[in-house]
Amino acid sequence: MSASDFDHLGRPIIAVTGLGVVSSLGKGVEANWEKLTGGVSGIHRIERFETEGLRTTISGSVDFMGDEPMSSVDLSYRMAEAAGSEAIGMAGLPDDDFAGPLFLAAPPVEMEWRFRLALDRLSAAEREEAGYDRLLEIARQHPDASIYHSTQCSRISELLADRLGTRGLPITLSTACASGASAIQLGVEAIRRGETERAVAIGTDGSISQESLIRFSLLSALSTNNAVPEKASKPFSKDRDGFVMAEGAGALVLESLASARARGAKVHGLILGCGERADDFHRTRSKPDGSPIIGAIKAGIEDAGLTPEGIDYINAHGTSTPENDRMEATGLRAVFGDALTTTPISSNKSMIGHTLTAAGAIEAVFSILTLRESLLPPTINYDNPDPAIELDTVPNTARKAEISAVLSNSFGFGGQNACLVFGRAA
Amino acid sequence: MPRPQRDVLVTGIGLVSSLGEGVAAHLERFTADAPQPSLEREAYAPYSVHPLPQIDWSKQIPKRGDQRQMETWQRLGTYAAGLALEDAGVPADEGARSTIDMVVAAGGGERDMSVDAMVMERARKTDDVERVINETLSTELRPTLFLAQLSNLLAGNISIVHKVTGSSRTFMGEEAAGISALQSVRARIASGQSEIALVGSAFSAERKDLILNFDLAELMLKGEWKPVFARQAGQDGIAVGSVGAFLVLESREHAEARGARAYAKLTQVEGDRGRREGDGMKTRLSRLLPKIENADDTLVLSGASGLASIDGAEIDALNEAYPNAARIAYGTLTGHGFEAQMPMGVALAAAAIHEGARFSVTDPEHERAPAGAPKRAVVTSIGHLHAEGACHLEAADGD
Repeated sequence: MSASDFDHLGRPIIAVTGLGVVSSLGKGVEANWEKLTGGVSGIHRIERFETEGLRTTISGSVDFMGDEPMSSVDLSYRMAEAAGSEAIGMAGLPDDDFAGPLFLAAPPVEMEWRFRLALDRLSAAEREEAGYDRLLEIARQHPDASIYHSTQCSRISELLADRLGTRGLPITLSTACASGASAIQLGVEAIRRGETERAVAIGTDGSISQESLIRFSLLSALSTNNAVPEKASKPFSKDRDGFVMAEGAGALVLESLASARARGAKVHGLILGCGERADDFHRTRSKPDGSPIIGAIKAGIEDAGLTPEGIDYINAHGTSTPENDRMEATGLRAVFGDALTTTPISSNKSMIGHTLTAAGAIEAVFSILTLRESLLPPTINYDNPDPAIELDTVPNTARKAEISAVLSNSFGFGGQNACLVFGRAA
Repeated sequence: MPRPQRDVLVTGIGLVSSLGEGVAAHLERFTADAPQPSLEREAYAPYSVHPLPQIDWSKQIPKRGDQRQMETWQRLGTYAAGLALEDAGVPADEGARSTIDMVVAAGGGERDMSVDAMVMERARKTDDVERVINETLSTELRPTLFLAQLSNLLAGNISIVHKVTGSSRTFMGEEAAGISALQSVRARIASGQSEIALVGSAFSAERKDLILNFDLAELMLKGEWKPVFARQAGQDGIAVGSVGAFLVLESREHAEARGARAYAKLTQVEGDRGRREGDGMKTRLSRLLPKIENADDTLVLSGASGLASIDGAEIDALNEAYPNAARIAYGTLTGHGFEAQMPMGVALAAAAIHEGARFSVTDPEHERAPAGAPKRAVVTSIGHLHAEGACHLEAADGD
């Protein structure tokens, strides 16, 4: 170990030695990066279920992980497994014996409709009346542990822990749309405490179903621009009208820089800082003065030992909802001042949609690639700028740029705000 | 390079269960002669449920509007969190509360059972089930119910009602989430990453949707109710219990600076998972249990769930590690609270140490009464399917 293995506060510097990703653009880092920097959209018409009667009929669902009907747990696991094993393999470690802790961001799950309806169809109950009393009577005669497993919030992490050979009790995070960033933050903290030399952080979300879509739709959060699916997600545009639900997984192998160097691992990027703040204003809306967002951004930059001038590019939360994009820009302006206008900022969600629980992890993977490849992915569908939020959104076409630090924002329902700062590998 | 570890103290407790509300009510029940649970055996028959007592939600959730945004699960957690903050003497002003970190172990919130029944009813009469789901849910679901269901919105409501905004993290995954929440917060405070934190969980037992999930895996107690360790294979199972359990954990430096009272020191939180076949679970749990040379003044609080095969392995491990220590299975009185089980056990242990409370035995065959006031406690929570955890608490002024 040398002095250069420690940061401005004397903590171990965190290296990223492995990356993995699945999104509606495809499976694997290479396929995703090519399409992301090519400005390709993964948003499409929903075919997983009947959309008649729904206000939103498009999504960035991942439909290539198997043909059989899958529960949210099944799909979320498969994508997490693909991203996780890709990342661990890239790090040059055995993907069945990672030998470090797992921090997972995964969607909350509960019984799905096909199970509820299948149980109701069994003629095992005396009670005819539809409802939970009848289902309970049926369950007593036809127990089925596999249905229970699909309702267990610890199921995905259990399967992953066995498959990837992680150590200890995995933590499954749920901080809404900041979950992926929170998972990374917990891994960073564990390494900084000296508990472990490495950790794997994975965010996964395969929870697009009729009910989940309807729930977001009832909160008026989703875009209803169904006509041309790939044009629907338009962060920072004047005519943005909501986010597009999407699925995917992102994985990062985090490692102390000393450990990475000692074993000669390739370092793809650094995690310099993490900041978070909870909002006490409202369940779905940010405090009007943006103070929690501002606090989280400042805390992240400060934790990294930087000032706003040190940030060269921003990977936006940029959901394409009227509220988020306005509040995010307001918060950033308060921190960056006029320099914001000339700091490039783009939203991966313009192409892959909003991957919810996974977003923070997927966008962390893309942020590291942005640094490594010196190429800023664009914000596509930016044809009608919102004059109220003047930004350099890297409109529509990727841009070459040598950058040394990236800020990545994640904000979620329930007042969740998490910001990560990434640095270029030396 | 691990930094020197700081003491982590329990300075606030918020407890709600079928036994009542607050530390005193719980100690009273646990120290009564041959204590018995408060059980509901009719409303959910053939299942046994430890129901919530009457609660005046307004005492901790003053705004009606806030109460309306939550269902029972979130109210219970928000209420218990308020009790813990009040008990810790943390002023309700934003300045004090905005520095508090928060980790909540959470499942999910209540469904609208009448809408679910409506979908099932309508689905019977159609070939186009998916269309029925779209139509019914789109028109019948209350839009804001989603927010009462989201796992992280328990923490979200605590931020809104109690102004805790330092940070907010929600861990999911049954008993493991409760273990990890304590482990993570303890490690952050001990290492200097945090000074003061609110940590805990809530579990609402009076929910047929959850009981259905559990019984599909044949986890529920359906026969005669017995204390958890007395449930024999074949007649074993979980009696679910409503529990709201929150703790304020704090570095000794921070607690002393504000003159806070300390219940106990949380010296260790261990958790792991893995295969349970053969001796797997017992061996792993034995490794997690704190090594205590003379356990005569130790209170072992077992969070056993009532599943015979798992409980048997736990008893074996406890007998080996602490052959003479007092042992009480707290789930006998509170029911099993999943995510909330470990926070509940740690809250009871901290209170027992501070008050010198001698817990009484309900099940003389498997429990052992304390000879005197406990000086330290070991708390276990064993996942009903996976994950094992153990905590160690000592008197706050002990070395």
